[in-house]
Amino acid sequence: MIYSLCLLLILVGLYGVVVSRHTLKIVVSLLIMNHGVHLLLLLVGYRQGGSPPIVDPGSVISEFASGAVDPLPQAMVLTAIVIGLGVLALMVALCVRLYERYGTFDVTEIRRLRG
Amino acid sequence: MNIDVQTLIPMFVALPLGMSLLIQLVARRRHVLGELLAIIAMLLLTLMSCYAIGHKGIYHLGGWPTPIGIDMRLDDLAILLLLVINVVGLAVTLYSVDYMRRFTASSHFYGLFLLMVTGMNGVVLAGDLFNLYVFLEVAAIASYSLVAFGCAHEELEASFKYIVLGSLSSALILTGVALVYGITGTLNLAHIASRIAQTGMDAPLLLAFGLFICGFSFKSALVPFHAWLPDAHPSAPAPVSAMLSGVLIKAIGIYVLARLAFNVFGVTDSELSLLRWLGLLSMVVGGFLAAGQKDIKRLFAYSSISQVGFMVLGLGLGSPLGIVGALYHLVNHSMFKSLLFLNAGAVEYATGTRDLNKLGGLNQKLPITGATSLIGSMSIAGVPPFSGFWSKLIIVLACIEGGFYGFGVAAVLVSIVTLAYQLKVQRMAFFASLPEALKGLRREPPMMALAMILLAVGCIALSFAVITGLRDPWLIGAAQQVLTMGVFK
Amino acid sequence: MSGVRKLPGSEASMSLTVRTVARWLKGPILLFGIYMVLYGHITPGGGFGGGVVIALAFILITVVSGERASLHLFSKGASSRLDSVGLLIFLALGWLGTWWASGYFFNNFIATPETVQFTLLSGGIMPMENIALGLKVASALFLVFTVLTAFQIVEQDVGELADTEDQHQGDKP
Repeated sequence: MIYSLCLLLILVGLYGVVVSRHTLKIVVSLLIMNHGVHLLLLLVGYRQGGSPPIVDPGSVISEFASGAVDPLPQAMVLTAIVIGLGVLALMVALCVRLYERYGTFDVTEIRRLRG
Repeated sequence: MNIDVQTLIPMFVALPLGMSLLIQLVARRRHVLGELLAIIAMLLLTLMSCYAIGHKGIYHLGGWPTPIGIDMRLDDLAILLLLVINVVGLAVTLYSVDYMRRFTASSHFYGLFLLMVTGMNGVVLAGDLFNLYVFLEVAAIASYSLVAFGCAHEELEASFKYIVLGSLSSALILTGVALVYGITGTLNLAHIASRIAQTGMDAPLLLAFGLFICGFSFKSALVPFHAWLPDAHPSAPAPVSAMLSGVLIKAIGIYVLARLAFNVFGVTDSELSLLRWLGLLSMVVGGFLAAGQKDIKRLFAYSSISQVGFMVLGLGLGSPLGIVGALYHLVNHSMFKSLLFLNAGAVEYATGTRDLNKLGGLNQKLPITGATSLIGSMSIAGVPPFSGFWSKLIIVLACIEGGFYGFGVAAVLVSIVTLAYQLKVQRMAFFASLPEALKGLRREPPMMALAMILLAVGCIALSFAVITGLRDPWLIGAAQQVLTMGVFK
Repeated sequence: MSGVRKLPGSEASMSLTVRTVARWLKGPILLFGIYMVLYGHITPGGGFGGGVVIALAFILITVVSGERASLHLFSKGASSRLDSVGLLIFLALGWLGTWWASGYFFNNFIATPETVQFTLLSGGIMPMENIALGLKVASALFLVFTVLTAFQIVEQDVGELADTEDQHQGDKP
C-alpha cells in the first residue's frame, strides 16, 4: 500500500516534468521525482516495529540484527541524495545561464535546435 | 615489471579521479600543466588496460568478504571495454590539446573529462549494483557539464534537455535497484544472479528488469528513448562529442544492458525478442533520419543511433555468433565514430561551419582529415575489407543462422542506407570543388592530426582482428564467452 | 544587454535582531557540524551530513549579512582548493590501505582488536575519512551556494540579445 504512494509521488514528479513550461518548475518536478524514488528505496528496508540501526554499548549483536531496521537502504539513499544535490546544482546553473542567453525561462521558446 | 593485476583493479578508478582533482588543484591557470597531467593519466590507463589483458579477478574493496563488501570484477568483457574507453580517451585527450586552446577554462575541461573516464571505468568494473549506479551518475554528471562546456546557445539548450532526460532515466534505474534489493536482499551482482536463478523471474523482478531496460535504453539512446542524442552530441565541443558518441553510450548503456540481461537476470526468449525489436527500430529510424541531415555532426549523431541498433540487434539474437558480432561492432564503432566526430571537429575548427551545403573540396586543404575520414566512412559503411564490413557481416550471418530472415534483410538495407549517407558526407564535404569562401584555410594543428591518425590506425588494425577466425576475433571471442556462459556463478 | 548580471557591492543585509542572533548562532552550528563529522562512526552523520551542517554555518552568514561577509571568511579560491584537497586526502587514505596489512584499497589499517569500542579513537581510518569528506562536502556546498546566488536580475532594457555564438567563454556552467 505504501509503495503505491511512493509510486504516486514519482508519477506526480513525472507529470510535472512533462507539463511544466518554466525551466525551474521542471527542476523542482525532477526533485519531487527523486524524493519519491528515495522514499521507495528507504521503505524497502523497513521492518515493522523495528529499532533504529545504531548499536548501543550494551546490546547483543544477534538481538540487534533481528530487531533493527535495515541500514543498507539508508546508506544508499544518503548517497543518492548527495548525487541528486550535484545534479540539482548543475541544473539550476544551466537554468540561470539559459536565462542569460535566451532571455526567457519558457521551455517552448528555447528551441533553436530542431531537425 | 611484475605487478599483480589484482592491485591494479582499483587504480583504474582511483588514477583518473586523483588526476582530475590534481588538475583542478594545481593547473587552474597553467593550462599546459593540465594538458600534461591529463595525457599522462590517459597513457597510464591505456598501459594498464593493455597489461590487464588475459587476466581475471575479483577485488574486494577494504578486504571485506563478498556478501558484505563491495566487489570490483575484472573479466574479459570488462577488459575489452576498458581498452576501448582508455584508448579512445587517449586519442581524444591528444586531440583536445589543440582544440580546447580557444576556451579560457581548459583545465576545467581536463578535470571533467577525467571524471567522466573515472565514471566509465567504474561502471565497467563494478561488481555491485549500487556501485554501478553511483559510477554511472558520476560519468553522466561529468558529461552533462561537458556538453554545456562552451556556454553557447545550442550547447546550453542541448545540455538542459540531456540533463532532464538523463535524470529521469537515472530515477528509473534507481527504482529498479530498489526493487531488486527488496526482492533479493543483496546488491552483489553474483549473489543477485544466484538468487534470481533460484526463485525465477516473478512479477516484481520483471518490473525491475523493465525499468532497467527503460533506464539504460535512455543512456544508450535506443529509439524511442533517443530524443536527447541528436541535440547533445552535435552541440558539444568536438572531443566531447567523440567521447560521448564513441564510448559513453556504449560503456554505460550497451555494456550494462548486456551484463544485466545475460549475466544477472538470465535471458529468456521474450527478453531477447524485445532487444531485437528495439535494435531493429533504432537501426531503421536512425538510418533514415540520418540521411536527411545537413549538419555533419547531427548526421553522425543519428548514425550513432543506427549503429547502436545494430549492436542491440546482435545482442538480441542470443547466439554466440550474434554476440560476437555485437561486441565487434561495439569496438569498431567506438573507433570509427570517434574518428568521424574528431574529423567533423577539425572541419569546424578550420572552416567555422558544420553545414554540408557550405563545405566542399576539403581534401585539398585538410589532407589528413580527408584521408582519415575516408577510412572512417568506409569502415562505418561496411565496405570490405574494413572492420565495419566484418562486424556487420557477422551480425547478418547470425540473423540468418537464427532464422530471423526479416531482421537480416533489414540489417542489409540499413547498411546500404549507411553507405549512402556516408558517401554523401564524403562527396559534399571533401571531394567537391572548394568554394570561394574557404580558399584560405590552414592545415589542421599537429596534435589533432596525431589523434586522428592514431584512431585511423586503430580502425585498420581492427579489421585484422578477424584473422583469428570469424567466430573468435581477437579478444572478442573471450568477451563473448563471458556473456554466453549465462548467469554469474 | 542581458538580464542577469552580478552587481558588485549590492548585498542583502537583514535587520539588527537577525544579524545579532546569527552572529551568536554561527559558532554552535559550526561546532555541531564538526561534532557530527568527528563522531560519524558512532552516531549517525558522518562526512556528508556533518559537511552539510558546516556549510550551513557559512551559508547563514551569506544569507544574513551578504555575501561579502562570508567570502571574507572563506574565499571562493580557498573553498575550491579545499574541495580538491579533501577528496585527495580521502583517496590517499584509501591508497595507503594497499600497503599496510592485507593490502586492500580502503583497508582499515589502524583498527586493532584491542581498541575500545564506542570511543572517539575506535574506528581506524574511518574518522579520518569522515573528516576528509566533511571538508569536501562543506566547501563544495558553500561554493555552489555562493556561485549560484551571485546572480541578480537587473531591471534594464532587455533589448536584442547579443548572438554570443562565436564567443566561447568556456566557463563551467
